[in-house]
Amino acid sequence: MKDFGSIVAVVLLLAAVPLVTHSNVVLNFMVVALMTALFGQGWNILGGYGGQYSFGHAAFFGTGAYVTAVLQVRYGINAWFAFGFGIAGGALVGAVIGALTFRSGLRGSHFALVTLAFAEVLRIVASVAPMTGAGVGTLIKLDLRPIAFQFQSRAVFYWIVLLLVAVALLTTRLIERSRFGAWLVAVRENEDAAKALGVDVAAVKLGAMVISATITAAAGCFYVQYFLFVDSAIAYGTWISIEALLTPIIGGVGTVFGPLVGALVTKGLGETAQALAGDAPGLDLVAYGVVLVLVIAFLPRGLSRAGERLLRSRVLPRGEAGHG
Amino acid sequence: MFSPAILIAAIVNGLLTGALYALVALGLTLIYGVLHIINFAHGALLTLAMFGAFFAYRTLGLDPYLAVLALAPAFFVLGYALQRFVIGPAAHGDDRNILLVTLGLAVIIENALLFAFRADTRTIDVPYAFDSFNLGFTFVALPRAVGFFALFVAASALWLLMSFTDIGRAIRAVAKEKLGAELAGIDVAHVYAVTFGLGTAFVAIAACLLMPSYYVNPSAGNAFILIAFTIVVLGGMGSVPGALIGGLIIGVVESLSSLFLGESLGQIGIFLIFIGVLLVRPNGLFGAWE
Repeated sequence: MKDFGSIVAVVLLLAAVPLVTHSNVVLNFMVVALMTALFGQGWNILGGYGGQYSFGHAAFFGTGAYVTAVLQVRYGINAWFAFGFGIAGGALVGAVIGALTFRSGLRGSHFALVTLAFAEVLRIVASVAPMTGAGVGTLIKLDLRPIAFQFQSRAVFYWIVLLLVAVALLTTRLIERSRFGAWLVAVRENEDAAKALGVDVAAVKLGAMVISATITAAAGCFYVQYFLFVDSAIAYGTWISIEALLTPIIGGVGTVFGPLVGALVTKGLGETAQALAGDAPGLDLVAYGVVLVLVIAFLPRGLSRAGERLLRSRVLPRGEAGHG
Repeated sequence: MFSPAILIAAIVNGLLTGALYALVALGLTLIYGVLHIINFAHGALLTLAMFGAFFAYRTLGLDPYLAVLALAPAFFVLGYALQRFVIGPAAHGDDRNILLVTLGLAVIIENALLFAFRADTRTIDVPYAFDSFNLGFTFVALPRAVGFFALFVAASALWLLMSFTDIGRAIRAVAKEKLGAELAGIDVAHVYAVTFGLGTAFVAIAACLLMPSYYVNPSAGNAFILIAFTIVVLGGMGSVPGALIGGLIIGVVESLSSLFLGESLGQIGIFLIFIGVLLVRPNGLFGAWE
C-alpha cells in the first residue's frame, strides 16, 4: 500500500489543477506535458528498467495516432473503439519489432539504430500511402460530443490524459515490485549474467517492449483525439522518438516518477525559452539539448533522484539519508 | 521497362552520389572503429560544415573547393574539443550515455542553426554547378565527378596517416586493445579526441564537396545521417574499406530504387537493407562473424 500511496497522492494533486485555474493556456500546457510524460513512461519501462535504449518510439506513438484517426475517418468506427484499436495496433507493432530484433540478439547501439530505422520506414510508408492521407495527413471532423471522444472543455481532456498517466504510473510500480521487474533490471545490469541464472532474456525484453509500446501508443491515440489531426512528420517524426527518451532521462531514468518530472521540467523550460526568444524557433529545443547534456554529465540519475536526495538530506538526520 | 541507357545513367549517378555518402560514412565508421560509439551528432556537424561552406562563399567569395582547406582543420579542432571536453567527461565511460550526449549535441547544433538562420533553404551558385562532360556512354555532372575523385584522395590520405605515422599507429593500437595501449604509455583520451577530430574533419570535407550541387538548411545533414548509418552497418562498423564499398552500393541501390519505385519510396529500399543487415548480419557484409 505504501508503494502506491505516493502515486495516488500525486495524481489527486494533479487532478485538482482544473479546479484551481480555468486558463486555457495553463490547461493546454498541462495536457501536452502529461501526454509527453505518458510516452516518456512507455520508453522508461523498456529503456529505464530494461536498459534497451530505443531511438524509434515514434513507431508506436504514430501507429496509435494513425489507427485511431484512420478507423474513424475512413471506416466510420466510433472514436472510443478506434482509440482501443489504436493502442492494440501500437502493441502489435511493438511485438513485431521486439520479436525481430531481440531474436537476432541486437543490443546497445545496434538496437538503437534498428528501432530508428523501423520508425523511419513507417514514416515514409505513411507519407505516401493513400490510406493514411499520404502527404496531406488525416483530419478528424470536429464533433464535440462525448460519444465522439471530443469535449468542449479542456479540463475533461486533461482528466483523461491524467487517468492514462495514472495507469502508466501504477503499471510501472507493479512491474518494479514484481518478479518480471527483477528480471528486467537483471537484464539491464548484465544480460549475460541474467541469462546464466536462467532468465529468459529474449522473452523478458519482448514483454517489456510490448508494455512499453502499449503505453506509448496510448499517448499517440490521445494526441490525435486532442489535436484532431495527424501527419507522418508529426506522428512518426524523429522528434517524438527523441522526446520519449529525453523526458525520462532528464527526470530520472528507471524511476516511477522520472518521466513525469522530466516532462514538466522540459516543457516548462521550453515555454520559458520560447517566451524569451519571441517568434524565432529553435531556442526551446536548444535548451532541451543543453539540459540533457548537463543532466548526463552532472546528475546521471536524473532530476527526481537529485531532488529526492536533497529533500532527504534536509528532512532526515544524517546517517538515514541516502538509503533506499 | 527502362532502356539500357537510362539504367546505365542511373547506375553511374548512383555511384557518384554514393561517393559523397561514403565520405560522410568514413568519418562515422572511423569514430565507431576506435571509440566504439555511434556519433549521433554527425549529421548536425555536417549541417554546420555546410553552413560554413555557404558563408565562406557568400561573405568571402571563397569557392567550396578552396574553403575545404580552412574548414577541414577547423572541424578537426572542433571535433577534438567536443570529444576531449564534452563527450568524454560527460559520458562517464558508459556507452548509453555517449549515445545520449551526442544526441544532445545534435539537438543543440541543429536548433541553434534554426534559431540563427530560420528554416530557409540556401544554395550557392558557383559557375560550374551545372557543367557536365561526356563519358561516351553517359553524361556526368562536374561537381559529382570532383566528389568521386575526392573520396579516393581523402581515403588514401587516411590510409597513409593510419599506416605510416605515429598517431596512426597509436589510433590502431587503441582500437585493437585499449588497456594494452594505455599500459604502453599511449594517452587514450588524446587518441580518442584525435580520432573524433579526424571523423569531424571528414564531415567538413564532405560538406565542401556537397555544397556546389546541394542546398543547406538547419536539417540538411539529417538526410545523410541515416544513410551514413546504413553504410557503416553494411560495410561493417569500423571498417574503412567497408564504408567505401558500402557507400557506393547504397548510392546505386538508392538510384535504382527511386527509378523503379519513385522518389519517396526509393528511400525505403535503403532502410530495408539497413534493417535486414542488422537483423541477419549485425557485423556487416565485410565484418567478421561474432
